[in-house]
Amino acid sequence: MAVVVALSLSILAGLGLAVVYARGGQAQLEGMLLALSLLGIGVGLVIWAKQFLPNEEAEEARKPLESDPQDAAAFTAELERGEEAIGSRRLLLGLITGGLGALGLALVFPIRSLGPRPGRGLFQTGMADGRRLVTAEKEPVRLEDVPVDGLLTVWPEGHEEEADSSTLLIRVGDESLFREPVVLPWTVGPVVAYSKLCTHTGCPVGLYQAEEHLLLCPCHQSTFEVLAGARPVFGPATRALPQLPLGVDDQGFLVAKGDFEGPVSAGFWDRSR
Amino acid sequence: MSKRPSRIARTGSWLDSRLGLARVARTSLRKVFPDHWSFLLGEVALYSFVVLLLTGIYLTFFFKPSQAETVYHGSYAALDGVTMTRAYRSAVELSFDVRAGLVMRQMHHWAAIVFVAAMVVHLARVFFTGAFRRPRELNWMVGVTLLLLGIGNGFTGYSLLDDQLSGTGLRIAYSIVLSIPLIGTWITSLLFGGEFPGPDIIERFYVLHILLVPAIIIGMLALHLTMVVHQKHTQFRGPGRREDNVVGERIWPTYAVKASGLFFLTTGILAALGGLAQINPIWIYGPFEPSEVSAASQPDWYIGWLEGALRVMPAWELRAFGFELPNPFFAGVLLPSLTFGLLYLWPFLEARRTGDRDVHHLLDRPRDKPMRTALGVATIAFYAVLFFAGGSDVLATEFHLSFNQLTWSLRVALFLVPILAGLVAHRLCRDLAARDAEPPHDPPDPPARGHDRDAAASSDVESALVLDEPEEELEPVAWPPPASVLRSGPPSAKPLPP
Repeated sequence: MAVVVALSLSILAGLGLAVVYARGGQAQLEGMLLALSLLGIGVGLVIWAKQFLPNEEAEEARKPLESDPQDAAAFTAELERGEEAIGSRRLLLGLITGGLGALGLALVFPIRSLGPRPGRGLFQTGMADGRRLVTAEKEPVRLEDVPVDGLLTVWPEGHEEEADSSTLLIRVGDESLFREPVVLPWTVGPVVAYSKLCTHTGCPVGLYQAEEHLLLCPCHQSTFEVLAGARPVFGPATRALPQLPLGVDDQGFLVAKGDFEGPVSAGFWDRSR
Repeated sequence: MSKRPSRIARTGSWLDSRLGLARVARTSLRKVFPDHWSFLLGEVALYSFVVLLLTGIYLTFFFKPSQAETVYHGSYAALDGVTMTRAYRSAVELSFDVRAGLVMRQMHHWAAIVFVAAMVVHLARVFFTGAFRRPRELNWMVGVTLLLLGIGNGFTGYSLLDDQLSGTGLRIAYSIVLSIPLIGTWITSLLFGGEFPGPDIIERFYVLHILLVPAIIIGMLALHLTMVVHQKHTQFRGPGRREDNVVGERIWPTYAVKASGLFFLTTGILAALGGLAQINPIWIYGPFEPSEVSAASQPDWYIGWLEGALRVMPAWELRAFGFELPNPFFAGVLLPSLTFGLLYLWPFLEARRTGDRDVHHLLDRPRDKPMRTALGVATIAFYAVLFFAGGSDVLATEFHLSFNQLTWSLRVALFLVPILAGLVAHRLCRDLAARDAEPPHDPPDPPARGHDRDAAASSDVESALVLDEPEEELEPVAWPPPASVLRSGPPSAKPLPP
């Protein structure tokens, strides 16, 4: 009885699915009908097996897995005979090993084509002396555009696509608040610029708690103290966010005065080299 | 009138006259498979993988693995005019404009989640019952490889869509690989085709995700199942079950029908999830923008432990001679290497500790191996704490905790909880085993008392950090045991001969 119900339901659901699809489709209905059609068959089969198929317990012998000693010995002997025949030619053996080794080495090189040598790229960003800082809308920024106790994300003009160049402009209440190790000549009034990429795993450090002047990374909760050179005060990050030398050009727009004070984003083994 | 052979029988003999496989085929049909609900966990994983293949093939017809930029003008108004990659765009279109596309996509994602989950639970079953012992060490290693491949392919899969969440995950993965000494900078550059985000990563992950890794998984699965068939399945102890036999159901017809039933049930549940339970709504996350990230970015569950480890890791890094070992290395490289290294080696480590190198086809009950069970429970507790740590921002918001307190609590819990869980598990095993060993009702018979003494003796040994003593061979003479023992399962140790 239950089998009949389950299988009939499955037939209905299957047909229903075809109708729903033909009439334009609807994700929830499709999923539900597909599920009903499959579950109907599944329930039907299980009940069928439990009620109408033989359920007696069977026994099967389990023979030892290892071969009988004679076979094993014959196999080993065969193996050894061949090995001796091959092994007697020492020179050839050496040469073939060398040949295969060289081939293996040669085959590694095509992998090199997958990407460029990791040169100085990790040490540099798109920031350079005199380059204007622009917003996501590619607008240059003046000091007044940076909201008090707020953030502005900027990029070097013409290098907006470079993921490692995103920079935070932060304006604090007063420039006298800055402490060591903020490089004061690199600030412009109450505005300081840091790399936006967390020094832990490179997530954008996007949350700012203005009252405490703390920058928070939403990925792993590393916290950086803006007034003290963005040094890490909590979480797994070990290094401060690199500071960007900031200046103003003759038209009053904020510009970079050079690249960041050190490599941005996550660390790597020869970062300090 | 003589009975004509059925169609299926005629097909069989047609095949046999050409291939001559009747004998082998009959042996397969008559193969005996032991019956226990926990033996179905691996099957659920297998069936989820079948669903992954079927839905995945469908998705490849619509998904475009390209990082080329395009401007969206489509049926999802909220993203109108937004610049995005073709990969993300095709995933959005697959969700909104391809009929049945969303169900297929969500089923695929749910199947991945269930696939890895079923593998983990299956692995736990094999661990706690000692099914990894000789002769099944190799198959244990194949299974661990499957888990590794499953997790890896899950990650490459959801990284393809190029939404804000997947891009953040890729960024973290990039930084983790970058932290490997000497070769990290090279591997990332070769893998991503340059510095993050690089021009090639989605196309490369696509090839890995739909071709290379699935092919290896299929090969490994074939190996895994062949070994199960060849070595025959393990079985729990019970009346008439010995090391030299298999007791259960024949494959044909009952078991085959039940197994197909389970396939349809698994698929049906995945279809229900895919249709009714929203997962990975990429249109809400938006296309990946490297300078942005949203709070509460959580990966799929099977990456959660790594995310948690990255979060609770203290701010340590090693520096020497101008070189450094960056912080993500410990949580992102060292921890998973240790995890899978220990998993691979476990059968050999345990054999070395216990000195038990015998062939075992009869399973242990977890309670009969308190030390192994305690270690397993502690391990699960360790990764569970890491998993919760991976959602620490959600926990902090949800329960109004400060990050500082929460992170410190999690760091403490990471060591305390496993120890406590292990102790509790050990205690529980001993109590349960002792209860089993209690004489039924009436005057205790000699074998039962003998078993009592065994349990008491072993408890002294096991209070120190040693694994269980090698298990003694079960004596067929002990069967059939008293009815009460049968109901709660047989005792672990051999009764002393009277």
